[in-house]
Amino acid sequence: MNALLTVSGVSKAFGGLQALSDISLQVHRGEIFGLIGPNGAGKTTLFNAFTGLYTIDRGEIRLNTTRLNGQKPHQVLQAGLARTFQNIRLFAEMTALENVLVGRHARTTSGVVGAVLRLPGTRHEEADSRERAHALLHRMGLAQHAHRLARNLSYGDQRRLEIARALATEPSLLALDEPAAGMNPNERAGLRELLLQLQADGLTLLLIEHDVKLVMGLCTRLAVLDYGVKIAEGTPDVVSRDPKVIAAYLGDEAL
Amino acid sequence: MSSVLKSRWFTFGLLALGLALLPFLVDAGLGRSWVRLLDLALLYVMLALGLNIVVGYAGLLDLGYVAFYALGAYVYAWLASPHFGLHLPFWAILPLGAALAGLFGVLLGAPTLRLRGDYLAIVTLGFGEIIRIFMNNLNAPVNLTNGPQGINLIDPVRLGSFSLSQPHELFGYTFTGVHLTYYLFLLLTLAVIFISMRLEDSRIGRAWVAIREDETAAAATGINTRNLKLLAFAMGATFGGLAGGLFASFQGFISPESFNLMESIMILCMIVLGGMGHIPGVIFGALLLTLLPEALRYTGDWQRNLFGQIYVDPADLRMLLFGMALVAVMLYRPAGMFPSTRRRREFADAKG
Repeated sequence: MNALLTVSGVSKAFGGLQALSDISLQVHRGEIFGLIGPNGAGKTTLFNAFTGLYTIDRGEIRLNTTRLNGQKPHQVLQAGLARTFQNIRLFAEMTALENVLVGRHARTTSGVVGAVLRLPGTRHEEADSRERAHALLHRMGLAQHAHRLARNLSYGDQRRLEIARALATEPSLLALDEPAAGMNPNERAGLRELLLQLQADGLTLLLIEHDVKLVMGLCTRLAVLDYGVKIAEGTPDVVSRDPKVIAAYLGDEAL
Repeated sequence: MSSVLKSRWFTFGLLALGLALLPFLVDAGLGRSWVRLLDLALLYVMLALGLNIVVGYAGLLDLGYVAFYALGAYVYAWLASPHFGLHLPFWAILPLGAALAGLFGVLLGAPTLRLRGDYLAIVTLGFGEIIRIFMNNLNAPVNLTNGPQGINLIDPVRLGSFSLSQPHELFGYTFTGVHLTYYLFLLLTLAVIFISMRLEDSRIGRAWVAIREDETAAAATGINTRNLKLLAFAMGATFGGLAGGLFASFQGFISPESFNLMESIMILCMIVLGGMGHIPGVIFGALLLTLLPEALRYTGDWQRNLFGQIYVDPADLRMLLFGMALVAVMLYRPAGMFPSTRRRREFADAKG
């Protein structure tokens, strides 16, 4: 199996609340993997565990051969896992272009001396970063907003800017936490297009989403969480017929 | 050469000429003591720009900044005064003092990394006081700082037999010590401005602003927040240490008195009033808050001229007017006198 992200036996408790119990799953290279489940199922907790914001109690998370658990958020990103946030977290007082340039930080190296003296290496690196940032903004349809402050962009544009910033870090796995939340049907369709394009470019995507319709139509495979336990994993077809999944979403009486 | 470039060089030349002639104009117009104040104002510009890196860019509210100023000053005093009998040249001590202050910036910054906002302010305030109290008490068992009496007879900046404390005849003009000091301070201030500008528009500067805006998102975007915060502390402290060394050489005498909490707060006021994170604003704030209180001393003369006697002690009136000016700025220009376009928008949005 060509696994990019391997999660084995991950558990996490907050005090007496077992947020994640013994979660294992694999995300394969080149697929769009969906992570769904009712509110409070532990999706975002698992996400935060992937990206170094939470430390896990037990288990292991690997990206390729790199162990992610125990790493700091910036090290996780350096290893190739970039993320977006459920409630958009842009650098509000920076322009769209600057936001994407910050994304280049992890892939560039110039320091204080290079910056002060504008050494040739720094100048080259800066020009390269700007070129890439402009290309990304263009691709996301944000080219005309490059010099506007992030806070002044429309909601849909902010969502796409956050994705652009994540892409600037050259991830091998892009994790999106409810990217369609709050989007209108038009923006939703646009997002769908975008994610499929990214997949076509060879990127692997991990998607947390509430919108079951979007997930079912988009994902190659998905896993369903309920009360911190993985209750199903497989292709959308298989998962949507799983009685445990139906029970989790609609209640036991539905069966 | 294009006309734009030509006019830019013209402006630049005019500015350089103005800065070069300034001490003579001030000397002729206001008197020698104002040239001295001009020197002091340049020192505060350096200090304010240093603190601006920590507070303005990285958003770390540091209330103990004066500790690094003190450290630079004491390093200079130890190595160039009769206190230990050492008289090393200034070009060796100034960088050493700045570097040592930078190192202390990291040492004092490290324990505060997990703190944000108010908590950080309280801890740094404590650090500032600790350094001052150390300086006050390190006269026994080994007399390091001479306690509250301070260290006296500190060497002026001197290169060979050319000392900045004596007047010199150059090109048929007499340059006094305060004039020559002005040029040295101006040169170093320009260097600090240059470094600040270059850093602001760089990978490092953007990372600092990103941390200020949202630390969690910055970390998730690949910024090593620990290292960059320490770097901000170190850079700010380095400028503070440099200014401290210059201060010691300029005054010839230092004591813990000069490095109290009020000093930290004044420097913070300079950047807040001028416009946080915006270099021209910070420079303006530093000049204003150094020169305005001095100008307000003249209120005594005005009273005598107007009423024939002094009703309100100028020292009291000075603080009153100064306080009112601060409140007025905060009310009518909450983003500072010259805010960066970024912060101006921030406050405009908040209002609208």
